[in-house]
Amino acid sequence: MTSQQEVQLIAAVIAAACALPGVFLVLRRMAMMSDAISHTVLFGIVVGFLLTRDLGSPLLFLGAVLTGVLTVSLVELLNQTRLVKQDAAIGLVFPVLFSIAVILISRFAGNVHLDTDAVLLGELAYAPFDRVVWQGIDLGPRALLVGSGVLLLNLGFIGLLYKELKLATFDPALAATFGFLPVLLHYSLMTIVSVTAVAAFDAVGSILVIALMIAPPATAYLLTERLSTMLWLSVLLGVASALVGYWLAWALDVSIAGSMATMTGVLFAGAFLFAPERGIVATARRRTRQRWAFAQQMLAVHLHNHAGSSDEAEECSPAALHGHLRWSPDFAAQVLQRAERNGIVRREAERLWLTEQGCRLAQTAGAG
Amino acid sequence: MLELFLSLWSNWGDYTIRTVALGAAVLGVTSGVLGCYAVLRRQALLGDAMSHAALPGIVLAYLLFGTRDLGILLLGAAGAGWLAALLLLSITRHTHLKEDTVLGMLLSVFFGFGMVLLAFAQKQPTAAQAGLSRFLFGQAATVVERDVLTMAGIGALALVLVALFWKEFKLLSFDPDYAATLGLPVRLLDVGLTALIVVAVVVGLQMVGVVLMSAMLVAPAVAARQWTDRLGPMMLLAGIFGAGAGIVGAVLSASARGLSTGPMIVLSVSSIVLFSLLFAPRRGLVWRWFQTQRNARRLRFAMQHGDVPLSVPTAPPSDPLPDPRIAEQKGVSG
Repeated sequence: MTSQQEVQLIAAVIAAACALPGVFLVLRRMAMMSDAISHTVLFGIVVGFLLTRDLGSPLLFLGAVLTGVLTVSLVELLNQTRLVKQDAAIGLVFPVLFSIAVILISRFAGNVHLDTDAVLLGELAYAPFDRVVWQGIDLGPRALLVGSGVLLLNLGFIGLLYKELKLATFDPALAATFGFLPVLLHYSLMTIVSVTAVAAFDAVGSILVIALMIAPPATAYLLTERLSTMLWLSVLLGVASALVGYWLAWALDVSIAGSMATMTGVLFAGAFLFAPERGIVATARRRTRQRWAFAQQMLAVHLHNHAGSSDEAEECSPAALHGHLRWSPDFAAQVLQRAERNGIVRREAERLWLTEQGCRLAQTAGAG
Repeated sequence: MLELFLSLWSNWGDYTIRTVALGAAVLGVTSGVLGCYAVLRRQALLGDAMSHAALPGIVLAYLLFGTRDLGILLLGAAGAGWLAALLLLSITRHTHLKEDTVLGMLLSVFFGFGMVLLAFAQKQPTAAQAGLSRFLFGQAATVVERDVLTMAGIGALALVLVALFWKEFKLLSFDPDYAATLGLPVRLLDVGLTALIVVAVVVGLQMVGVVLMSAMLVAPAVAARQWTDRLGPMMLLAGIFGAGAGIVGAVLSASARGLSTGPMIVLSVSSIVLFSLLFAPRRGLVWRWFQTQRNARRLRFAMQHGDVPLSVPTAPPSDPLPDPRIAEQKGVSG
């Protein structure tokens, strides 16, 4: 495999691994927890490094994951005092841990390769050079192995606890009465998010982790209402943004992580505008259709009410619509045209008649 | 404390430290006051999103005008931050996505796009772009007198607007529905107030950087909230806390090598929060613990003497709302 292909594979695997827990973050209104975790992970890495003095030590990974869980616990703790709301608690906790981490780096680890730029941005392009070699056999880039492991872990977690997660997400109270231990589920999910964030963080930096976790599920949520569909759609969208983002970055010679994040945004914008049922365009078209349908219904009701009354001749004429229904002459003419075309109204000189279909429409409108 | 004061005093003559401390104080006042709205309106993380979203604006302003003038770069930052805020309002209105999801997405996508633009900027031969990355983590040491004046100007403008629209913003923060029934242009006010928060964020970017800016907005307000139930005193306190933490953080960071200014300011302001959460009268945790102890003692005493009172006299906590949903509806406790 060339290193280009390897980078793409790593990007795709990590995008898929991030999208899976991201779906639950989005549904459980905890999207910003990914922001907090992806920033505080640095703290765990730095402390792990200061203890072991080895950037390759698995203790760093462990430390980072534990910090993620610690962040969640601190936020919950602050929230439970009822002195601070959850969003404010998140906004308080992660800057503190991040600040301590930055100070620790600049004070004690300034000369190692732990610079803060790489933390925020990651460097995917260099990922293939960090390889795992076991007994002389090249097993592949470390980021790919770690990423695949985390992807499998996430698949296993969601596969095993699918029904529990689903219920705890949509109806926590019912889940609790069934004895599903929502708190335990919550912390397991947060551990999964931390593990994923740490694994992804090495390759793509802390900001892209948020993009890959939140944007594809948000996009999928605009396209479907089924959890299972949302899950695979998120993975698909994540992988698509990763690959397209990679090629754009390659063509324009810019940051891979940045370009992947931009692509997740482009896909979201596409869904926001053009989603078949909930997109802006679809909604606007539906509104217009409803507006004309409603106007025709009003016309039918108007004609029906005055049919057979003494002022019938005067009211049931095109000229009366403007004054009576307060429609502008243009609008009235257009409604009339549509109503005639749809067979609701028949026109004889200056007199309007309801067809049989028009009568039915007026009656259902009155009943409804 | 005394040591700190002494170091402040002896270092005050140093031009750089004085400039940085003044800048930090300006930032603290602005973000402290405006942060009150963010916290009360449960938009604490708005600042975080805005500060990340400002990055493409900064780089774009640089690419378009080819200057590193702080005023122009901040204008770009404000533009991008405001665009993100408008997108936030419009996406949450038109879809069923929750605010936190949209915040997280806008934050990371804008930032990612900023990175793409940054790569373009770095290809420019002028090489003046080195200054752009200072906004990521903030480099207080690069702040010069002119920057402080720019920040102070922007901040003062924001504070004047707060004073002018005092009653409207207050109503919007506590009871937007009532504001709407009074015929106030709620949506317009919402956009305006969000723009002010963007201003506060922009002022702090060079000082503490995009990541830590959210703490500057949230922390002073949360700390001040513990000491009072009134908006005016809360804002005053938040401004004081913010400015104090700014100065202390700046001076501390100058006292030893490797203590970056942004993180030191954030740690100072977070210490104020911790102190307030613990010791603020009536709301603070220690205070509440003593209250519980005293109630228990009174109850025991009453039971031993045979007259169990129907209601135990206690000082009511300011937030007697055990059910978070009720608190949410009222939307007044912070």
